[in-house]
Amino acid sequence: MKTAALVADLVTEFKTHGRIVIVGASLAGLRAAEALRDEGFNGSLTIIGDEKHEPYDRPPLSKQVLKGWVRADHTKLPRMRKVDAEWRLGVAATGLDRQTKQVRLANGDQVPFDRLLIATGVRSRPWFNPKEATLEGVFTLRTSDDSGRLQAALAAKPGRVLIVGAGFIGSEMASVCRELGLAVTVAERAEAPLVGALGGVIGDIAAAMQRDHGVDLRTGVSVEALEGDANGHVRRAKLSDGTTLDVDVVVASLGSIRNTEWLDGAGLATGFWGVACDAGCRVFDINGVVTDSIFVAGDIARAPHALYEYQFLALEHWDNAVFGGRVAGHNMVSLEADRRPHLPLPAFWSGQFGVNIKGVGVGPFGDEIVITQGSIKDRRFAAAYGRRGRIVAAVTFNHGKWLEYYGALIERSAPFPPPPPGYDQAGDMKPIPARFPDPRVPTGVPDVVLTGHDPNERGAEYRPKKRDPVGATKHAA
Amino acid sequence: MRIVIDLNRCQGYAQCVPLAPTVLKLNGEEALMYDPNPDDSLRQQVLRAAASCPVQAIIVDRLDEKGEKA
Repeated sequence: MKTAALVADLVTEFKTHGRIVIVGASLAGLRAAEALRDEGFNGSLTIIGDEKHEPYDRPPLSKQVLKGWVRADHTKLPRMRKVDAEWRLGVAATGLDRQTKQVRLANGDQVPFDRLLIATGVRSRPWFNPKEATLEGVFTLRTSDDSGRLQAALAAKPGRVLIVGAGFIGSEMASVCRELGLAVTVAERAEAPLVGALGGVIGDIAAAMQRDHGVDLRTGVSVEALEGDANGHVRRAKLSDGTTLDVDVVVASLGSIRNTEWLDGAGLATGFWGVACDAGCRVFDINGVVTDSIFVAGDIARAPHALYEYQFLALEHWDNAVFGGRVAGHNMVSLEADRRPHLPLPAFWSGQFGVNIKGVGVGPFGDEIVITQGSIKDRRFAAAYGRRGRIVAAVTFNHGKWLEYYGALIERSAPFPPPPPGYDQAGDMKPIPARFPDPRVPTGVPDVVLTGHDPNERGAEYRPKKRDPVGATKHAA
Repeated sequence: MRIVIDLNRCQGYAQCVPLAPTVLKLNGEEALMYDPNPDDSLRQQVLRAAASCPVQAIIVDRLDEKGEKA
């Protein structure tokens, strides 16, 4: 038999009898499963998820669900086709053995695979003090269960809500609190809301929006301690500026932690910023060698990006999960010549205080910003971010129709400042410093991060299996 | 039924809102809010709203709750 025929035979055999395991039963995992079946994979498909729920959509959890309009268990994702999978829900994966090609589950089961997709995403960063975190009235928001509990607490009309961290989700929650007529304080360690993702110039606008809507916004402060009453319900928060707040609900909105622990000891390039992979979603091992049978998609993936000097880009964006899942699914059942790259132009949205904030590109990759259209005063404008004379990102406030124009410029590395389209040009189109925080200063963890050129750089670390003597754990970075 | 709206694609034209007013709402000028799992009786409304979207941002399920073709 000729080699080509043999390979074609193998592909047919794999598509008929192969075993694929997807760990992670959310947006990326579901869309990957659908893509696998679309591509003609008829083998066995197992989807493992630590939550008991079937795949659901998360963006509504901080908006229409908290507001009380939509029930927390009513954000189930639409199904595009039958996936004919074995769903193992409510049981977490706890280990990966690459030698025997098995995923270990929390209940002791071993699930064998020929190809594996890692889509375990992120979880919310818990309140730093474990004892205070157990106080009644202290919340984080990531899952639908979280959202249901927080919604109930807000519906009970608490005296004051404290939100710690003014990233997108923290700001959205503050907006909902005001729409519900609740007194809300937002405490942010940085100089303004959203600075990690959008810089200080836009952060100042976001701060003004919050204050205009009656949010008690405190910037440049951290919350140092929470105190409960005799019943174990949170009642007071101590801020780093010496002030004390009476609060009934506290939401820690401190960014996310990537769910990589179950991969410890597997010898993959995993760590703080997630699981390193190539542009085709194939995972790197700890030596930077690409694997053939392990793929990754969604929030937990980080891949080199052509638009950003081939730095690894970690992206907690909705469409990164959708498109990454689909590309991973395609590549898992395709031969080399048919593989596709997942090179998304990062895009996000956030609805808060009646304003639709949308963005494309990677703002923190730039250092300058220019308001190109509309007016800041009206909170209806477009702005572009630049680096060394080329456009790298854009953001709009209630000006989303223009975003596509800027996206096209970013994709071809057009000059910065960019020529504004059509009418509605801003008065003063002079680039100014965008005021992104020094990446070394700890602040709210932004949901888009450039993490360097090395698969193991910026916090990927090698945690060998237990047989190694104490202290042998070395940091590869 | 189940829907999801690709809010990256959505440009806030809001053509959809009057066609399924209990499912789709505007929060401010262009931020769209929606009920991801509206009652099945609203399917015709939602399909009309989806068809009206100039940028095809409304994604409607192709399977019903029993996992059969909707």
